[in-house]
Amino acid sequence: MGPESLEAKQKAAVEEVLKAYPAKAAKNRAKHLGVGSPEDESQKTCGNVRSNKKTVPGVMSQRGCAYAGSKGVVWGPVKDMVHISHGPIGCGQYSRAGRRNYYIGTTGVDTFVTMNFSSDFQEKDIVFGGDKKLDKCLHEIDELFPLNNGITVQSECPIGLIGDDINATSKMYSKKTGHTIVPVNCEGFRGVSQSLGHHIANDTIRDYVFEGNAPILGDPIEATEYDVAIIGDYNIGGDAWSSRILLEEMGLRVTAQWSGDATLKEMVQTQKVKLNLLHCYRSMNYISRHMEKEYGIPWVEYNFFGPSQTIKSLRKIAAFFDESIQEKCEEVIKKYQPMIDAVTEKYRPRLEGKQVMLFVGGLRPRHVIGAYEDLGMEVIGTGYEFAHDDDYKRTKDEIFRSTVIYDDVNEYELEAFVKKLQPDLVASGIKEKYVFQKMGLPYRQMHSWDYSGPYHGYDGFAIFAADMDLAINSPVWGHSKAPWDKEGEV
Amino acid sequence: MQDVNKIVNGKDLFLKPEYQESLANKKEFEGSMGSVDQGKVTEVAEWTKSWDYREKNLAREAITVNPAKACQPLGAVMVSLGFEDTMPYVHGSHGCVAYFRSYFTRHFKEPTPCVSDSMTEDAAVFGGLVNMKDGLKNTAALYKPQMIAVSTTCMAEVIGDDLYAFSIAAKEEDGGEFLPEEFPITYAHTPSFTGSHITGYDNMMHGIMSQLTEGVEEKKNEKINIIPGFETYIGSIRSVKAIVESFGAEYTMLGDHSDQWDMPAGDYSMFAGGTPIADAKDCRNSKATISLQKYSTVKTMKMVNKKWKQAGSSSNPIGLKGTDEFVMKLAELTGNEVPEKLKIERGRLVDAMQDSYPYMHGKKFAIWGDPDFLIGMVSFLLEMGAEPTHVLCNNPARGWEAEMRALLDTSPAAADCHVWAGKDLWHMRSLMFTEPVDFMIGNSYGKELMRDTGVPLIYIGFPIFDRHHLHRYSISGYDGALNLLTWITNKVLDQLDEDTKGIASTDFFFDLIR
Repeated sequence: MGPESLEAKQKAAVEEVLKAYPAKAAKNRAKHLGVGSPEDESQKTCGNVRSNKKTVPGVMSQRGCAYAGSKGVVWGPVKDMVHISHGPIGCGQYSRAGRRNYYIGTTGVDTFVTMNFSSDFQEKDIVFGGDKKLDKCLHEIDELFPLNNGITVQSECPIGLIGDDINATSKMYSKKTGHTIVPVNCEGFRGVSQSLGHHIANDTIRDYVFEGNAPILGDPIEATEYDVAIIGDYNIGGDAWSSRILLEEMGLRVTAQWSGDATLKEMVQTQKVKLNLLHCYRSMNYISRHMEKEYGIPWVEYNFFGPSQTIKSLRKIAAFFDESIQEKCEEVIKKYQPMIDAVTEKYRPRLEGKQVMLFVGGLRPRHVIGAYEDLGMEVIGTGYEFAHDDDYKRTKDEIFRSTVIYDDVNEYELEAFVKKLQPDLVASGIKEKYVFQKMGLPYRQMHSWDYSGPYHGYDGFAIFAADMDLAINSPVWGHSKAPWDKEGEV
Repeated sequence: MQDVNKIVNGKDLFLKPEYQESLANKKEFEGSMGSVDQGKVTEVAEWTKSWDYREKNLAREAITVNPAKACQPLGAVMVSLGFEDTMPYVHGSHGCVAYFRSYFTRHFKEPTPCVSDSMTEDAAVFGGLVNMKDGLKNTAALYKPQMIAVSTTCMAEVIGDDLYAFSIAAKEEDGGEFLPEEFPITYAHTPSFTGSHITGYDNMMHGIMSQLTEGVEEKKNEKINIIPGFETYIGSIRSVKAIVESFGAEYTMLGDHSDQWDMPAGDYSMFAGGTPIADAKDCRNSKATISLQKYSTVKTMKMVNKKWKQAGSSSNPIGLKGTDEFVMKLAELTGNEVPEKLKIERGRLVDAMQDSYPYMHGKKFAIWGDPDFLIGMVSFLLEMGAEPTHVLCNNPARGWEAEMRALLDTSPAAADCHVWAGKDLWHMRSLMFTEPVDFMIGNSYGKELMRDTGVPLIYIGFPIFDRHHLHRYSISGYDGALNLLTWITNKVLDQLDEDTKGIASTDFFFDLIR
C-alpha cells in the first residue's frame, strides 16, 4: 500500500465516521478529526484538528476530569504527603492505586500513595457544608499518620458548588500547626478534561510548595553545577527510575522527580537545579515555565521512548552542560548501543511492518511513535484524550507517514476507525482494551503499560519490544476461529 | 543493563545492583522520614500495631481511610447493563463515567459501555438541560439502544436537575428523529453523598421497574421475578437461573447482566443478553418477586409489596442454609416438589463439606464486603465450624447489624465475633494486629492488609482486580457453596504447606496426603 492510498483510505474513514452523527454533533466532531501528514507544511496542528474543547454529550468519551488530573496525575504520586479525596466516597475509590506510580517507602507510615483517604461526604455535609469536617480530617490524619510531610485537599465536584471554603480551612489549620496543607480546587466539572486539573495542581505547587516555603525534613541539599530535575514523569511501572539512571551515568545529579516517587522536599528544592527536564509537557509545562520565569531555570523537553529519541534527547540535554558531560553522554550512548542492537535484531523481524493505532493521553500519542518505528512498526493513527493545540503542533514532527488524527475520540469512532483501517495492534487504555481483544486484535494498555514496564530509557525499550512481541505474536489470537467456522465468518 | 536473552520487567530490573545503587542515592534528596530516620519509621510502624493506636483509630469521626464501598451511580450502571440493549447514561461530568467504566472493566476484564452528557462549568450554573437534550439524541443515534437508563452524579444532584422534565424536553426537541415518543428513557436520582453503590442499585432498579410498568395492563400471571442485586459473580446469576429452571418455573431475571460481562471472543457487539424490555414491562404482573439481596433492594421491594401487592420477599442463596431457604421458597411458590437434580446437588455439597471440615473448623476469619454478601458468607463459615472474628461492613443498611448479630448468636463458634458497621479497612488493619485471625476473606483492597499483617487473603468479593476469572464462578446455590468450600479449604491447605516447608525443621508435617 503506497502512502497516497493510505491517506485516501484514512480520509474516507473520517468522512464515513461522521455520517452516523446528528448534524450538530457531526459539525463539532468534524473539527476534531483529520489526517496528519509529515510533508504538509500548511497544517497548523497535526491533521488541522481542534482540541481542548467541550466533549460532545452522550458519545462515550474516554476523558477524565480535573480531579483525575490533580489527584490522579500530579499530586497523587507525591509519596510523603496524604492526599484527601474531599467529597463523596466514589472518586477516591475509583482512582485508588490505578496508575502504578511506583515508590519506595513504608506505606501507611511515611508514604501513602496507594491508600485512599476520603472525607466521605454525607447529605448533611452537602446541606450544612463540609469545612468543619475537613478540619477534623486534617487533625485525625496528623494524629494517626504523624510522619506525613503534608496534606493536600483534592476537591470533588460538590465542594465548589456548595460554597465550602477549603482554602480558609486549610490556611487556618496550617497556621496553627505549621504543617503544609495544600487546598486544590480541582472539582471534576471544571474545564473539559483532566487537563485543567493538571494546570490547577501546578498552580497550587507554585503557591504552596514554592511560595509557601514548605518546611522540609533533613538538611537542605547543597547545589552543584550538574543538578537537574525530572519533570512530568509519574514513574509508572518505574519509568522515572529507568530514566534517572541514564542521567546519573552521564554525570548529572537528579535531585528531584516530579511527581513519581517524589517527596515534598524534592519539589521544594527544585528551585536550586540548573535545568528542568520535561517529559510530560502537557501536565507540567506550567510549573516549568513558572520556574523559568521566577528562578531562571531553563527547561527542555525530552523523549525517552525508543533508542532513536532517547539518543537525541540525551544529546540535547548534554548540550546544556560542559564537555565532560557531553563526553560521558556519548559514552552512555556507546555503552547501551550493543544491547539495543541486540534487542532490535531480535524483535524487529517479528514486528516489521505491523501497523499500530494509538489513543492515549499526555505525551504518549506522539512520544511513543518513535519507539514503534524503531521496531519497524508503523503508526497509522493517533490521538489525545485531553491535548491542546501545542501538543498537536508537536505531533507534526513525530509522525512518519500519513496518520489519522482523532482528538477526544469516543468509543464509536475508535471502533469504526479500527474496523476500517485494520491495524495489527491497538494501544490505548483499560476501557477500550477488551473491545478490541474481543475482535481478536492484539492490544496493549499504554497508560499502565499493561502491568509491565518500565518503558522509558534503554532498559525500558527492551521491555517495550518484548511486550509488543508478546502481544502481536501470541498464539491466543489464532483461537477465535473454530474448526467448524466457514471461511470469512470470523 | 538488560540482557537480551533474559529481558526482565520492573519486578527484577530494579533489583539489579545499578538500580539498587541509584535508588539508595535518591534518598539523599528525599526528606521522607524513611530517608532521614528509618528508626522513627520502625517505631511508628510498631505503634500502628498497638491497642493504643487501635483505640485512636476507632475513634476517628471524619476521615475514611481505605474504604470498602463505592458511590451510588456505580450501582445504577450495573442495573442498566442488566436490561437488553440498554445504555447506562450518567447525567453529570464525564470523569465519573470514566471511573465507573474502568472500575467494572478491571474487575470483569470485559468492556463496560456507559455514556455521560459531559456537564461542565456552564451546566453547573445554568443546569444540564442542553447537555441532556444533545446527549440523549447522540447516544440514541450512535449506539442505537432500546432503552436509555439515566442516573446522576453528585454534581447534577447538587444543582438539582429534574431528570423527568429533561427527558421529556429532549424528546420534544428531537421531534422523534432519534428519540421517538415511545422510546423508554428511565431514570433515577443517585446522589453519591447518600448510601453507597448498593443504594444506587436500588434506586435505579426501582426507577426502571416503576417507570417501565407504568400504564401496563394488569393481567396477573404465574411468573416469578428474581432480582439478583449488586451481583459481581456472573456464575451466581447462572446458578440461580438453573435452580429456578429446575422447578420448571416461569421467571424473569430483572437486571441480568451475566451475558453483558461475559462475552465470548470472536466479535464485539456493545450489548449482550439482559432482561428483555417486554419482560421487564410485564414484571408487575408476576405473582411474586424474590430479591437475592435484601439490603440492595430496600426501596424496590417496598414498591413490589406495597404498590404491586406482590408476594415480595428476599432470599440469600449463599451457603447451604441460604440455598436451602431459596429452594424451599421456590417449592412453596411453584407448588412443586424439590427436583431430584437439586437433591443430588445438595447431597454432593454436604458430602464435600463433610470431607473437608477439619480444615475450616476453628479457623478464625476476618471478612468484609456488602451487607448481603456478608450475611451469606458468615452463614457459610458458621456451617463449616469456622470462627468469624471480625465482620466489617463499610456500607451497612438499616437493620443489618442486628441481623448479623442474630446470625452469629446462632453459633457458639462466633461468641467472640465483632461486628464492625460503618468501619473501613484501615480500622480492619488495627483489628487484625490486635486481635489476629488466621485468614481474611475480601476483595483486592485486602492485598495491603495481607502485606502488612501477613494474614493470607482469600479473594472473594468485589472488586477483584489482581486475580483472574474468579468472577466467572458462582458463589450462590449448592454449586456456588462448593466453590467457596474449595477456595477456602485449599487456601488453608496452601498455608499449611507454606508453614511447614522448612527443610529439616518443620517439614515433618509437610504431608503428602491431607
